[in-house]
Amino acid sequence: MSGRTQAIRPMGRLRRWYGEGPLQLLVLLASFALAGYAGVRLLDGDGLLIAVWFAGAALVHDLLFVPAYALVDRALRTAAGRLERKEWINFVRVPAFLSGLLLLVWFPLVTGQVERYEAATALPAGVFLVRWLTVTGALFAGAAVCGVTLLQVRRVRRSARKQRPPVVH
Amino acid sequence: MSCGPVGRQGPAYGRSMPRTPHVTSPVDPGFWRSPLRGPWLTSVLGAVLLVGITVLFVTGLLSYAAYNPNLSPVNDKTPDKGLLGFYLFDWPTDPHWLYRLNQGLHVTVGITLIPVLLAKLWSVLPKLFTLPPARSAGHALERLSLLLLVGGALFEFVTGVLNVQLEYLFPGSFYPLHFYGAWVFFGAFAAHVVLRLPQAVRVLRQRGWREQLRGPGPEPADEAGLVAAAPAAPAAPAAPVRVGAPAAPTVSRRGALGMVGAGSALLFVTAAGQTVDGPLRRTALFAPHGGGDPGSGPNGFQINKTAAKVGIEPRETGELWRLVVGGGPRGEVKLSRTELLQLRQHSAALPIACVEGWSTSDQWWRGVRLRDLAALAGFDEDPPGVLVESLQRHGAFRKAALRDNQVRDPRSLLVLHVNGEELSPDHGYPARIIVPAAPGVLNTKWVSRLTFGEL
Repeated sequence: MSGRTQAIRPMGRLRRWYGEGPLQLLVLLASFALAGYAGVRLLDGDGLLIAVWFAGAALVHDLLFVPAYALVDRALRTAAGRLERKEWINFVRVPAFLSGLLLLVWFPLVTGQVERYEAATALPAGVFLVRWLTVTGALFAGAAVCGVTLLQVRRVRRSARKQRPPVVH
Repeated sequence: MSCGPVGRQGPAYGRSMPRTPHVTSPVDPGFWRSPLRGPWLTSVLGAVLLVGITVLFVTGLLSYAAYNPNLSPVNDKTPDKGLLGFYLFDWPTDPHWLYRLNQGLHVTVGITLIPVLLAKLWSVLPKLFTLPPARSAGHALERLSLLLLVGGALFEFVTGVLNVQLEYLFPGSFYPLHFYGAWVFFGAFAAHVVLRLPQAVRVLRQRGWREQLRGPGPEPADEAGLVAAAPAAPAAPAAPVRVGAPAAPTVSRRGALGMVGAGSALLFVTAAGQTVDGPLRRTALFAPHGGGDPGSGPNGFQINKTAAKVGIEPRETGELWRLVVGGGPRGEVKLSRTELLQLRQHSAALPIACVEGWSTSDQWWRGVRLRDLAALAGFDEDPPGVLVESLQRHGAFRKAALRDNQVRDPRSLLVLHVNGEELSPDHGYPARIIVPAAPGVLNTKWVSRLTFGEL
């Protein structure tokens, strides 16, 4: 026991002071060296604004975007709380998620903000909003059809069960 | 070694415990209640991102090399790249669809990965709020690295997604931001993979796929199924992430993964079509060059920038237009379009492929070989590279340099006709360049001057 303690003492000391193993330290230092080398070049220009974009992307995502969609989802779940089966919420949640995802990715085009688009590409810019609304409508309609079908199937099964001789409860 | 909870133990939340009724803050253990979060879900999403982001990084570096930034200052938007250009090589002209494939992959895979990235970040979110913020110097460094990882990933995806939509909101030129940002991100990404991959592999091996997916609904609310992220590696014991009693599940793990997959599939299906002509392009409902073509007929294919957009006026391209060919021992030669048409005409079937990810199928171009024009300038054998100048007054690539291997390729043309008709103004009338496998912006339109040998 004491021999082994002797052998690992330097590592043990590092772990005590640093809190992690030597591999972690080496990997992170190498990563920071690369990040520093590229980062100096990244920030060459409007450095402050670029740094704000870089860190801001993480902060906006974690502190605004995620809470926003979590709140919407919570509101949905609260509304679904009155339902017989909570899983029905997914017939709203899935189309809303897919539609929201399209809007998130293609926000500039869908909202018609890209002024140079038509002049540059000779393509119409107004189509994206129409397409998004159409796809959104189709997603919700599809979910509704699935939901109603499922409901019918359950109803048929339930009535089939009722026709069988009653089982002692 | 055990990977079970080590060190301080949080309150024993379990199925028998009453739910915490009032939880106000994300640092409270009871705040994170989704029954979906757990090491298995995080590992699955992480494995997808490992493959996907590697594809993005490699195709991104290849695209950077395709511009031949070391050839001439006019091609180089990142002159202080230093060691980061260590891998640069002469971009080939074969296969002629190389850049089309590379950039189609880069942009389409990137767009398709967005739901996976968002789901991955969601799955580890409780870790962001763990207290104390840093247990040790090592932990503090790791969290700093995670800021670079998450900030870098989002920075790269946001700049890329904005750039393909021509929405240049980002603070500066796209090329240096996306290139240097990629290296910062990749450093943090590689470190994260080295430190976390063994753990993810272990979780995936131990728990398997089928059991996790086919299991009857969500995992029972055990501790492992609730931890917001994979437990710390055995070599680095972490304070356990304390999480609350699980909320009643409203979607199974299979359902949640299916939803992420459906999001990726939807983004893919509504974007991938912008890499082909014909009816498939109509399926790309949201891609900037999807939906349809700007026109019909021989010149009806996709346009990067119209003549009107860059301020090309008809009087510049009319009778008075001359192509100046120079740089060689024979001095300058001026050629009208009629004179160019009297030179030997050659054909090549080549695509236009843009850095933004869209491309056309092969178009049938016809014009004068660049190496024949080099011979006019006096380079009869082994022509050198060429500096191509456009009538365009602004734009990052109104001048572009082509390397000697590109000039020498028999399919590299100064184009006068496309698909059997004269070039339209939007496709570069009176003359444009086409080079196999080169990025779209190197296929200069409205060419006014070719200077061989002086880049």
